[in-house]
Amino acid sequence: MKNYRLQLMVCAGTGCVSNHSFEIKDALEKEIEKQNLQNEAQVVLTGCNGFCGAGPLLVVQPDGIFYQLLKTTDIPLLVQEHLIKGRPVKKLLYTPPEEKIPIPKMMDIPFFSDQTLIALRNRGLIDPENIEDYIARGGYKALAKVLTSMTPDEVLAEIKASGLRGRGGGGFPTGVKWETCKRAHGDEKYVICNADEGDPGAFMDRSIIEGDPHAVIEGMIIGAYAIENVRQGYIYVRMEYPLAIKRFQIAIKQAREYGLLGENIFDKGFNFDIEVRRGAGAFVCGESTALMASIEGRPGEPRAKYIHTVEKGLWERPTCLNNVETWVNVPQIILKGSKWFTSIGTGDVSIDPWGGSKGTKVFSLAGKVNNTGLVEVPMGITLREIIYIIGGGIRDGKKFKAVQTGGPSGGFIPESMLDLTVDFEELTKVGSMMGSGGMVVTDEGNCMVDMAKYFLKFTQDESCGKCIPCREGTKRMLDILEKITNGDGTEEDLILLEELSNMIVESSLCALGGSAPNPVLTTLKYFREEYEAHVNDKKCPARICCQLNTYTIDEKICLEIGHGCDVCKKYCPDGAIIGEIKKVHYIDPAKCSKCGACYDVCNFNAVNIQ
Amino acid sequence: MFTEENLKKLEALKKQYPTSRALTLPALWLAQEQFGWLSEDTMKYVAEQISVPFNHVYSVASFYTMYNKKPVGKFHIQVCTNISCQLLDSEKMVEFICTKLGVKKNEITSDGKYSVSEVECLGSCGTAPVLQINDDYHEKLTAENIESIIQSTSR
Repeated sequence: MKNYRLQLMVCAGTGCVSNHSFEIKDALEKEIEKQNLQNEAQVVLTGCNGFCGAGPLLVVQPDGIFYQLLKTTDIPLLVQEHLIKGRPVKKLLYTPPEEKIPIPKMMDIPFFSDQTLIALRNRGLIDPENIEDYIARGGYKALAKVLTSMTPDEVLAEIKASGLRGRGGGGFPTGVKWETCKRAHGDEKYVICNADEGDPGAFMDRSIIEGDPHAVIEGMIIGAYAIENVRQGYIYVRMEYPLAIKRFQIAIKQAREYGLLGENIFDKGFNFDIEVRRGAGAFVCGESTALMASIEGRPGEPRAKYIHTVEKGLWERPTCLNNVETWVNVPQIILKGSKWFTSIGTGDVSIDPWGGSKGTKVFSLAGKVNNTGLVEVPMGITLREIIYIIGGGIRDGKKFKAVQTGGPSGGFIPESMLDLTVDFEELTKVGSMMGSGGMVVTDEGNCMVDMAKYFLKFTQDESCGKCIPCREGTKRMLDILEKITNGDGTEEDLILLEELSNMIVESSLCALGGSAPNPVLTTLKYFREEYEAHVNDKKCPARICCQLNTYTIDEKICLEIGHGCDVCKKYCPDGAIIGEIKKVHYIDPAKCSKCGACYDVCNFNAVNIQ
Repeated sequence: MFTEENLKKLEALKKQYPTSRALTLPALWLAQEQFGWLSEDTMKYVAEQISVPFNHVYSVASFYTMYNKKPVGKFHIQVCTNISCQLLDSEKMVEFICTKLGVKKNEITSDGKYSVSEVECLGSCGTAPVLQINDDYHEKLTAENIESIIQSTSR
């Protein structure tokens, strides 16, 4: 292998690719050639770096200098200054919000320095389409250890002792699941990787797959070995993730070529192979029984789990299904030992597997926070640390209102609870849940009733329709929420909402229906005053629910500052704005449909909402 | 009718799938790749090819939202309107695109070039709002860059 003085790691995760990181790569290579540096500097495409909000990204190794928001026009300067003269280009470095001095090194940036990487340990360091990069970083070493020096029972004992719990949302102890599947009768069993990440606001699994697909594959092979009688594994990926599907297919092909998948792996008489199955756009397929129905070629409807899938799953055979992030943790636990893993996190899992949350959790930080992207933190960290230190606080200096964890199955957590520690039990206690790891931050400008309505609309759309509580119950709840945001709500509606929620929680067929009311229940609990303002005063405090607002134009601002610019009139879909250019404009309340378009387009803030 | 190449692909798939029903999803994908959308006739054809009843194929095609049951444009613009994008005004982006192209949601322009629809989370929440044109992602949308994104398709 050739050695280079500098390696330029260009992020090729979906976020950066869509922000033209391939053009950055081409520009870098062209400039390097022009300056005759091709023997000194190498350009490498890596998986998702995590700091998605600032893409396209470049990290210059070995010093770890971090560049963000690059344009192709910046490249000649960057090559001239950094590669030739050894001076990092200040204007392309990261500067924390409200500060002036840039931070050149990636590991000094709080977004990165406060993270603990297990699942994301290879992020930004390897080319995900090259198996040798993965091997060079210790990849498949755990598999070698397992196949050459451990019995299946020893592997299982190690995973059980680690206290690893399912990262897909439920938090079921992985070792217990494997053990039940191992004990189930049948000489043909399956392992499945659930990569049907459908929670709005969650993109951890996608980034892991795109950045480190071999880690998932290695975890699955180890799982298949421990459970025994498993010859086939499936990775079920949602069709919305074309790049993830491609990376998996490349990785599986390479693993087969290297003899890590297929017949007689490591000459130990162990046979195992993996295939990718593509979804077709159904949120409910993230539920294990629905996912298996989909692999079998049926509509993805869940079934009642009187008999668990570890006993009778895919094609009625014992099946062990784990989430992407769970599988990725497996090789690291095998290599570093369960003791190391239990040293990170909360509680004690030595007696009760549900007794604590061990290891790390990957969250995708999105919404109204300064640093959006992927973060991996030790269990037990507080929400405040994630949002204010790693996330860099709220955008545009606004006030924090709530953080939503766990997607449509989770809930909204208010500011008074920001010091809550992140672990499975703590989040469930307050009515939310860990979920798969979506973390969406909302600020003072967001209406909590509207947010709850959004999630209900989502679950209503995505309900598979098999059971009545979920199909009809969420529909009725959505009707009530719409009534409230239209200004027709009453006090009784709030009581009815709670009643319906509890009914759905208790009687739905699967966990997706059973957790669907959580966004409503938590907002009713922590932001009841907002519901009451909608119902009693017919006002939306955040001014989001348009039908409750009255729009007027400030005559003085319109004429003196805006000079009657006429823009609002052009955009008004109702023809409700009266006025001519250079003259004062008015809104005719009889015609106004309260859509808010005038407020959005006015450049002079002349439109008032009351 | 499948092209020769797709028939070959289907034969290869048959070997990988243990039951003919399990072939339903990939066979429908193959059909959608070739025809752009799935008419009832196409579904009947797929059912014949993989030897399963038509009603089974129909139930699968109608259950999953990413199978197009109506024709779509050459450039199918799919805007994510899930929470992270919604917080950053993706619904207005949809309106903007529809106005720009003179088309309604879930319909195609008269020249057959564009169609616009809303989709569920595309998993680009860190760089929201996001849209997908066919398989390509475009992120951090604003009114200005949407214009240039749409223009770039006509080149």
